[in-house]
Amino acid sequence: MSEKTLIEAIREAMDEELARNSEVFITGEDVGPRGGVFRATLGLFAKYGPTRIIDSPLAELSIVAVGIGAAMNGLRPICEIQFADFIQPAYNQIVNEAARIYYRTGGTFTVPMVIRAPYGGGIGGGLYHSQSIEATYSHVPGLKVVIPSNPYDAKGLLKSAIRDNNPVLFLEAKKGYRLIKGEVPEGDYTVPIGPANVTREGTDLTVYAYGMMHFYCQQAAEEVGKEGISVELVDLRTLNPLDKDTVLNSFKKTGKALIVYEDNRFLGYGAEIAAILADEGFNYMDAPIMRLAGPDVPGVPYSHPLQDWFMPGPKKIADAMRKLAAY
Amino acid sequence: MSQSQVSSAAPDAAVGKKTARPARNGEAARQETEVIDTATLKDWYRQMVLIRRFEEEARAAYQQGKVGGFLHLYIGEEAIAIGAIHALRPEDHIVTHYRDHGHAIARGLDPRRLMAELYGKETGVDKGRGGSMHFADVTKNFWGGYAIVAGHLTIAVGLALAAQRANEKRVAMVFFGDGSTDNGEFYECLNLAAVWKLPVVFVCENNQYGMGVAISKASAVTNVYQKASMANIPAQQVNGMDALEVYAAVSKLVEEARNGGGPRFVEALCYRYQGHSVADPDKYRDKDTLEEWKQRDAIERMRGVLEARGVMAEDLSLVNADVEREIKEVLAFAESSPAPDVSTLFDHIYAQPV
Ligand SMILES: Cc1ncc(C[n+]2csc(CCOP(=O)(O)OP(=O)(O)O)c2C)c(N)n1
Ligand SMILES: [Mg+2]
Repeated sequence: MSEKTLIEAIREAMDEELARNSEVFITGEDVGPRGGVFRATLGLFAKYGPTRIIDSPLAELSIVAVGIGAAMNGLRPICEIQFADFIQPAYNQIVNEAARIYYRTGGTFTVPMVIRAPYGGGIGGGLYHSQSIEATYSHVPGLKVVIPSNPYDAKGLLKSAIRDNNPVLFLEAKKGYRLIKGEVPEGDYTVPIGPANVTREGTDLTVYAYGMMHFYCQQAAEEVGKEGISVELVDLRTLNPLDKDTVLNSFKKTGKALIVYEDNRFLGYGAEIAAILADEGFNYMDAPIMRLAGPDVPGVPYSHPLQDWFMPGPKKIADAMRKLAAY
Repeated sequence: MSQSQVSSAAPDAAVGKKTARPARNGEAARQETEVIDTATLKDWYRQMVLIRRFEEEARAAYQQGKVGGFLHLYIGEEAIAIGAIHALRPEDHIVTHYRDHGHAIARGLDPRRLMAELYGKETGVDKGRGGSMHFADVTKNFWGGYAIVAGHLTIAVGLALAAQRANEKRVAMVFFGDGSTDNGEFYECLNLAAVWKLPVVFVCENNQYGMGVAISKASAVTNVYQKASMANIPAQQVNGMDALEVYAAVSKLVEEARNGGGPRFVEALCYRYQGHSVADPDKYRDKDTLEEWKQRDAIERMRGVLEARGVMAEDLSLVNADVEREIKEVLAFAESSPAPDVSTLFDHIYAQPV
């Protein structure tokens, strides 16, 4: 066990899977000698060479599509999209092809591939280097969507994703790459895709979050805990397929729900959680279901004061927790 | 259009180590540009110095944390914006990529408002919303810098379509890097512009790298102008370190496009002097090659042209001093401008009906 950053855990997972299975390869822009713009693949080119770690042309559609074909024919691609914002040219390939092929062939062809993409704001990146895309892609049956909130899960979930026989969109909180640290065991272990994780037990209210927002929710829960508010925190980890049982069980206990996400609010991931709670947890409901999310503006603006106002953070989250607890 | 209309400056240039040999018609081009008066050339010289100094100050501000996000510098490529944009008329359209500071300054956008945009201030050209990659000014027909690589190319084609429909003799010029020519949108837009015979001038700034990836690793065709042949678009390669050569070649292409000839394509060979963005330590490029390119610096070249025309060195020093004075104003303006008020976050989401 040693303490690692989120990005180190991600790199370690890829390194171990590349060593474990020669069918695994990585492609994407600048993933080779340069190790990717965030350095997620640093050192892997030197270790595994140009047939396993392949610099691609600037062509997201092709990065994904070539991954689909290679996956259908026995390889296990890890396709890196440099920023989640740049994934949209590949939307057609992900939604119309990768997510549907298994269904449409009556379970004959599988597409075992991983698409990794850093998401989220707070780094001053402006409208095209800050986006959260999970709601759009979680809408797609046949595609799995995973967002780890800590290094332990990141390594274990990424290994599961690489071994999974389905297309998995693996979203990484870029703001947390070096900020979020935690213990990561050496060597092989996996965290299954699917189950959510209750990361903090509490009795007054349940907060649902994932990725970067989960990190901030931990801080906020700590803060309001000092004031006597007992928060239960559920780290969703896998957005599709969702672990409904864990979501509902916690709600049965507290009767109050706050969903925190950075993606914009309207039709965001929190809307689905709220709908499930209203639908299947109505008898336990003690308060209106609350959402704290990014505002519905067309992108995270560049200017710092506007960006800061856009982003949910520990302070806003703590305020929302207080408000809900007081209800 | 036949393939034979595609001409090349250096068709056999060694991959990755391409030298900016003058175009075959380089000498003729320079002769044509002899008619440009010295005062104009001095102005172009000033603009190139201004672009460089603007960016050096932007880099310093970035390193001090006053400018955030991603800052892509144009230093070393100034001759292309100057030569190509001065071949346009004010009513012609410009669309560019995120490496857009040079184009904006060459087009005459107010450098104070550009720096204020980098500082994220309300007085910036996008009111601080866009930042470095999205300089825009509709009053200058400068339709902005775009961050999604290659996505802007067909937008320029659409501007040209509107001009054609209105029977206007306006062209749309679009700037892009070598890396974007490996993207599918590039091929779609060449085909569309050609089949509809639209007045688009494609200007590829081939600095031979897309981030850390050398063109030879990303592109099956490293003489980018040859890619235009897939849509039979007349194309040529020029020395992007020479504003006069760029100007001479592009002027001709612009007029052909303006007069109903359909799209035109030019590839300007160049090299960026630093990393992809200020955050890139640039460990992947060979230092000797970089030094070779710096020896052909566009600003020094223009200085040489002016001195050969009898402009005194002291005279040019005065120009540089004047740029320094302007830079001070530019920085003072950006520093002292107000940040956007957070109450404006929801402004400009939907346009109101008129
Ligand atoms: C669709 C998309 N993919 C990837 C990126 C990230 N990116 C920004 S610039 C760049 C390289 C572009 O190279 P080139 O077109 O040669 O332009 P240059 O930066 O060299 O001027 C990359 C990969 C992006 N902005 N948009
Ligand atoms: Mg380039």
